[in-house]
Amino acid sequence: MTHKVHLDHDHLRHLLKAMIRIRRFEAKCVELYQAQKILGFLHLYDGEEAVSVGVMEALEPQDAVIATYREHGQALARGVDPGCLMGEMLGKLNGCCRGRGGSMHFFHREHRFYGGNAIVGGGLPLALGVALADKMQGRRAVTACFFGDGAAEEGEFHETLNFAKLWRLPILFICENNLYAMGMAVERAEADTDFVHKASSYRIEGERVDGMDVVAVESAARKAIEKIRATSDPFFLECRTYRFRAHSMFDAQLYRSKEEVEAWRKKGPIVRFQAWLEENHLIKPGEVLEMEKAIDAEVARAVAFAEAGPLEPVSDVERFVTMEDIPA
Amino acid sequence: MNAPQEPPSPLRLTYREACKQALRQALHADPRVFLMGEDIGRYGGCYAVTKGLLEEFGEDRIRDTPLSESAFVGAGIGAAMAGMRPIVEIMTVNFSLLALDQILNNAVTIPYMSGGQFAVPLVIRMATGGGRRVAAQHSHSLEGWYAHIPGLRILTPAMVEDARFMLIAALKDPNPTLIFEHVMLYNMEGDIDPAITCVDMDQAKVRRAGADVSLITYGGSLFKTLDAAERLSKEGVEAEVVDLRALRPLDTKTILESVVKTRRCVIIDEAWRSGSIAAEIGMRIAEEAFFELDAPLRRVCGREVPMPYAAHLEDACLPQSEAIAAAALDLVRPS
Repeated sequence: MTHKVHLDHDHLRHLLKAMIRIRRFEAKCVELYQAQKILGFLHLYDGEEAVSVGVMEALEPQDAVIATYREHGQALARGVDPGCLMGEMLGKLNGCCRGRGGSMHFFHREHRFYGGNAIVGGGLPLALGVALADKMQGRRAVTACFFGDGAAEEGEFHETLNFAKLWRLPILFICENNLYAMGMAVERAEADTDFVHKASSYRIEGERVDGMDVVAVESAARKAIEKIRATSDPFFLECRTYRFRAHSMFDAQLYRSKEEVEAWRKKGPIVRFQAWLEENHLIKPGEVLEMEKAIDAEVARAVAFAEAGPLEPVSDVERFVTMEDIPA
Repeated sequence: MNAPQEPPSPLRLTYREACKQALRQALHADPRVFLMGEDIGRYGGCYAVTKGLLEEFGEDRIRDTPLSESAFVGAGIGAAMAGMRPIVEIMTVNFSLLALDQILNNAVTIPYMSGGQFAVPLVIRMATGGGRRVAAQHSHSLEGWYAHIPGLRILTPAMVEDARFMLIAALKDPNPTLIFEHVMLYNMEGDIDPAITCVDMDQAKVRRAGADVSLITYGGSLFKTLDAAERLSKEGVEAEVVDLRALRPLDTKTILESVVKTRRCVIIDEAWRSGSIAAEIGMRIAEEAFFELDAPLRRVCGREVPMPYAAHLEDACLPQSEAIAAAALDLVRPS
């Protein structure tokens, strides 16, 4: 049914757990936001978990990731430690970026996580450079570049796609099409709502996949990455998905109906995958509950780690405005 | 017995040739260095700086890009983050505005936002300034704008020696560096002392010593200012000319030393006056050396208009040596 996705018990369980981890981590973030411990913007990935989890499964450690400002899920799925992410959310020195970046700007060098980016489309040109550097230095790495449907409204999207094909750069473009750029519905912003078609106009091969189906995403991503590694040509994946919650925490959602949200919730990546696993007896009774308990404990540890973290001294606030050396 | 050695004769070359030799040296010295930009390869560069480099170094390292400033500057940032030492050429400072998002929102913020996990050792070269009759979309001097941004290093080589060696220094710096090459300097010839193999990037230099008034400038205005100093000398006024060389970080110390000595100061900058680097320099002097001054601070700046095409109008909009000399004279001998 799918491209080399191992549908064994361990792997399926791992996929479910990875999605629930993101969901629970973010539920805790909402609590901490309401308690005013997390400040600023908070863009939840709720509903889109299958996209990151599926894609990251297909990546190797040497591969690179360019993320968006809705990147909690992207970072967790990439394997970044939840503790340092929560530390970042709380603005602590033990955060992945010392509290300099916050929710929209997670970076992690060891995981080649080249940043959340809060300028729509702003990460796309970076993907060109990372992929080019890998290619020029003989590394067989793929750069996974995440962006939303709104990015296709920006010039940088078109410049980058043209460039990537022209220079044959090993980039997997992942369009997380959640149908809205903030409140702007995709059909109100795009003359052509077919993103794979857009990519094809730059002669980039692409595929549309159900972004609410983690196995379908993983399968498509594996196939795409295999192709990229074999050809060094970019590939474009459009993942149709949906954001269940508001764009950020300040959004009255006047642009869509409650019924629409409810209908999508029923197709949610976790509820659907879990039901499928249960129906097909691919998961044991009680196993999900156990999993949730383990994740809750993990999230609680992350929060405790973050809460206990010190604040960066104000005397260091100018550190890294200019770098003294290049990190090895 | 050996004959006494003659001192080696100075190397005479154009500013353009100095820029090219710097690029060649950088490409030879470090395999991580590569060039990207519009028409830098087959065409040879719109100011012919990169002419011949494609033949010498090949397409992998001399990369012609599509007309996508944002994409190729962003690609430079990404490549720098991932271990390369890219040098990006933007045809003119006006075009750099298409890449301003990448420069400000990525190159500058990423080292800071990532808590120091990633450096962006990227060099961007671009042409700047007026005088070539190419009107309001190719002639402005926005280096002062860029100097507003913490995290960038802003270099404005005026002397051939700086055009030859500042790039090498910039490539050793872990921070994004913008080099502004004034369009009227490319054909200028200058001598380089063969004993010099490197320059610093941090210090302003006194190009002409004098005790009566400080003339502080950089880039394309340096030679007009030196010319003004000669005019003043004929009037019995000895001007000190300070070449800033870098607008960020700004060498306040050298500026103040000169002003404290001469007690009078004119700042010459072909950029627009309001909110300019000239204003910043004036304010620093006011903050640090107000009581050392014997006369008000003065500026000779570009007229606040989009640059006109007609030659007489463009000339009227740029600082010229007559106006510089007149401003200085007025401070020394008020009418």
